[in-house]
Amino acid sequence: MSVIPPPEKLRVTPDAIEEAAKLLYIRALKILPDDIKQGFFRLDASETDGLAKSVLATMIENIAVAERTENLLCQDTGIPIFNVQIGRDVELDGWALKQAIARGTERATREHPLRSSVVHPITRVNAHTSCGAHVPVINIDFVEAPRTLRLEMIPKGSGSENGSFLQMLIPADGLSGVKRFVVDAAIKAGGKVCPPTILGVGVGGTSDLCMHLAKVAATRPLGSVCADAEGAKLEVELSEAVNSLGIGPQGLGGDSTAFAVHVEVAATHITMNPVAVNVQCHSARRASATFTPEGLVIGF
Amino acid sequence: MTHHVLHMPCTEAEIRKLRAGDTVTLQDTLFGIRDATQIHMFDRGRRTRFDLNGHAVIHTAPNVRKIEPTGTNQAGYEAVCIGTTTSDRMERFTRPLMEREGVRIIIGKGGLREESARAFQELGGCYLAVIGGAAALETTWIAAIEDVDMDDLNPESLWRFAIKDFGPLIVGMDSHGGSLHRDVQASVETRRAAVLAKLGAA
Repeated sequence: MSVIPPPEKLRVTPDAIEEAAKLLYIRALKILPDDIKQGFFRLDASETDGLAKSVLATMIENIAVAERTENLLCQDTGIPIFNVQIGRDVELDGWALKQAIARGTERATREHPLRSSVVHPITRVNAHTSCGAHVPVINIDFVEAPRTLRLEMIPKGSGSENGSFLQMLIPADGLSGVKRFVVDAAIKAGGKVCPPTILGVGVGGTSDLCMHLAKVAATRPLGSVCADAEGAKLEVELSEAVNSLGIGPQGLGGDSTAFAVHVEVAATHITMNPVAVNVQCHSARRASATFTPEGLVIGF
Repeated sequence: MTHHVLHMPCTEAEIRKLRAGDTVTLQDTLFGIRDATQIHMFDRGRRTRFDLNGHAVIHTAPNVRKIEPTGTNQAGYEAVCIGTTTSDRMERFTRPLMEREGVRIIIGKGGLREESARAFQELGGCYLAVIGGAAALETTWIAAIEDVDMDDLNPESLWRFAIKDFGPLIVGMDSHGGSLHRDVQASVETRRAAVLAKLGAA
């Protein structure tokens, strides 16, 4: 009788995670992902408004200046968010992982140095660590990828995060209610959310899940498509609609209001029809670290 | 559309020449101010030792590095990254900034509302729009952090920057009631019905 040996586990130490968290926070703040850069070029090519074109040109110039001077793209260091994907056959101490991410975040803040944008919500005291109760935000998910641990870091800027909207619509409001809510959210957000944006829309779920979906949608790479066919159709329709409003880059008018509208869906209750909007600004920053048995890959 | 160069501090007459849609480059001095700074100044009665009369303030909270004070950076800070935050949150401080402190120019992103437009018109001020999120570029316009007040609020302290060729900035709201932000909002509202109709969501 032959015995199949259990697969070798991927083991990642807390020290390696701390170093990765520090590196990712700083990298995310400095280098914009390629899909966002391409998004800028696409908008610039199709923009018809003169002032909007000059605004886009300044944004594109800023991306180059940040890389050349190794400086932050935007002064808003954001609320640090880490999305952790744990594949199969990965062995780690989850509690130690969370501590390591917070330590890496604090070290990035002190050692670079970065502005700590995080305060206690009631006293408004800033500990100058970019950390606090429940911050960094850490979302943990388990995925199929064997012997793979992926950390995605998103410094979520406040100008766009303040453009968050949730409504517990009812079934009688229908899909048209959802569409109207998204258009009106884009109008309310106007120039305050630093357009061109990625408008993230959550449809369905519970109230908290709905807003989480909107955040997932807002921080998805450009070019990615909603896995749900109905959600994907809505993305196309709403992208065209939002870009027909004339809000434009920085809200100063023009065609380039959103790089895209992204939609994520979850099943919901028979009595519910929740919709949420979360916005990612044009400084749509991400960085990722992927640990596998072959080593560590840093990307977006 | 005219381009203007203003040396800070400036006079009311200089501000009255600016029209919405014009562009401006600022020289010499700029003050950084933010939510907490203004909450403390106007809701809690704190006073600054800086003379803001005729000056420009920018809605910002910078990334800075502590250094030994030097001739140009006497406050013991140097700039890491200085950008601009959303102005709308600070709407209600426009009038007190102008009436109590004599501020003439507010720089920010996203625009201010009607009460600010009235204050600019009555008191002779304007709003200059900088491109939000373009902070790496904006930092190259900052020559030094000259001084800082109310630094217990760091990073939302009141900062005094030495600036060189700060801009071009866009006159978003002028002292004659003109506002690009209002014009765009009105235009968006008129497009809304057609956009919703096309979505089948009128």
